[in-house]
Amino acid sequence: MISAGIDCGAKTTKVVVMKDGKIVGKAKVLTGFDQNKAIMDAWDLALNNAKVSAGDVKQICGTGSGKNAVKSCFPSTRDLVNDIKAMGKGANFLFPKARTVADVGAEEGRAAKLDDKGNALDFAINEKCAAGAGAFIEAMGRALETPLEQMGLLALKSDKEIPMNAQCAIFAESEVVGLIHAKTAKQDISKSIHDAMASRIISMIRRIGVNEEVVMLGGVGYNPGFVEAMRRQLSIPKLFIPEEPEFGMAVGAAVVAAEED
Amino acid sequence: MAEEKKPEFWRWTETNWVNPEVEWKKAKYITVGIDVGSVSTQAVIVADGEIFAYGNMRTGSDSPNSARNGLNFALEKTGMPESRIDYCIGTGYGRVNVPMADRSITEIACHARGANFIYGPQVRTVLDVGGQDIKAIQCDDMGKVTNFLMNDKCAAGTGRGMEVFSDLLGVPIIEVGERSYEVKQEPPAVSSTCVVYAKSEATGLLRKGWTTGEVLAAYCRAMAERIYSLVERVGVTPEFAITGGMAKNRGVIGRLMPMIGLEQAKTKWDTQIAGGVGAALFGYALCQKGKGREKK
Repeated sequence: MISAGIDCGAKTTKVVVMKDGKIVGKAKVLTGFDQNKAIMDAWDLALNNAKVSAGDVKQICGTGSGKNAVKSCFPSTRDLVNDIKAMGKGANFLFPKARTVADVGAEEGRAAKLDDKGNALDFAINEKCAAGAGAFIEAMGRALETPLEQMGLLALKSDKEIPMNAQCAIFAESEVVGLIHAKTAKQDISKSIHDAMASRIISMIRRIGVNEEVVMLGGVGYNPGFVEAMRRQLSIPKLFIPEEPEFGMAVGAAVVAAEED
Repeated sequence: MAEEKKPEFWRWTETNWVNPEVEWKKAKYITVGIDVGSVSTQAVIVADGEIFAYGNMRTGSDSPNSARNGLNFALEKTGMPESRIDYCIGTGYGRVNVPMADRSITEIACHARGANFIYGPQVRTVLDVGGQDIKAIQCDDMGKVTNFLMNDKCAAGTGRGMEVFSDLLGVPIIEVGERSYEVKQEPPAVSSTCVVYAKSEATGLLRKGWTTGEVLAAYCRAMAERIYSLVERVGVTPEFAITGGMAKNRGVIGRLMPMIGLEQAKTKWDTQIAGGVGAALFGYALCQKGKGREKK
């Protein structure tokens, strides 16, 4: 049985193809302004990657902030899955022992406490404020004139603790400019940025309770500076992060699609 | 490398003013209030409880210098030596960094006291929309704070948020109000709360063919809604007065007032000086009670 999960996010659209409980193909494209085009592009790439034809896919599930666009591309899609369910199912599939999961995407952050089947027992979500999303680090990267991919690596070089007073990304930007003017080293500023961002996500996780094994999904999981800040502030030996964390929700959607058949 | 100088759309005119009707030489007490805000600094000189002079300028990157520059700016046209000052109070976000201040008082108290003076004692609700925060204050007929709510965590609805938009759209901040009414039909408000997301939303709207005026209208409406949600929580009792720089933005205030459903109190004074006026008046009250600076 072949199923597919499509996660149309604010920044990227991901498609995962599963066959008999195994991931056989995936693809990612930038969402841009045309969600439908992004979905179809990612869909074709994923099918190619999985070496299956569209007709073989028995069930499709859509999720993410653009999930309605998935419905318009695939009218036969039975149900759309909300972000929390997709995240929980994805985390459970990738790390069956996971009981706490956080997903930090470009414009949203969410965290959930899970049962042994990956169903959410409790959750928290931030979709209103850039302070707890990838957009925060992106905006700070602009102020620091550092490419996003370098931000996290830069932070790892620092062992200074400079508290960031501002929560708001707009105010934090002024604060970063102030630090630059005060001749603070770039790596120290970068660490301060990642620490601030991690503490926002952790306050969300703490609201629902932290378990030993914390799974991290979403594109911000690629950022080693952020992951390290999370680990340090949670005082845990390691976070469980899949190789390609931003596919987490698409995996979850594909799992749900297979269940529903 | 040749670098293009980017125009600074957020810039507003800095002003200083002196009251020709006040003779400082005859005054018993000269008191000063310096309000070092996150964006602007005002130094207000009060002679026996009357506004004598003020300076209103942009806050620099360090507060002590900003307080100093503000005071120099206020003194500039007065011909009065600084040594004549009997008492000085610092207020605002940078109040602990006012080197010449004898003490500091929170900006909440100062804004209520200042609004009581520049708008009159009938004022019961003061809305202060500053550079980095919004305060909704309830006060009594003496300008004493009875209740307040404040948002200083988030740029939405603050002057800083407006600056970001004036920069994004290339519209000088002082023209935002007028330009936001250059629309055939009032558009719905920008839906994102977060300024970072509102920026992306606005870029999308421009791409869809909205005019600059329409985007400004949509953002001014979003600002008004955001401010209203705070005012509503503290409650509105007439008279209703607005202080701070945003009071000068017709685009936001013109959309806010119908939501509140009250007339806005009027004043001849610059709304940005309220905090400084309040601080200076607190200084005057201390001097009158003999609690001023000890004479050497």
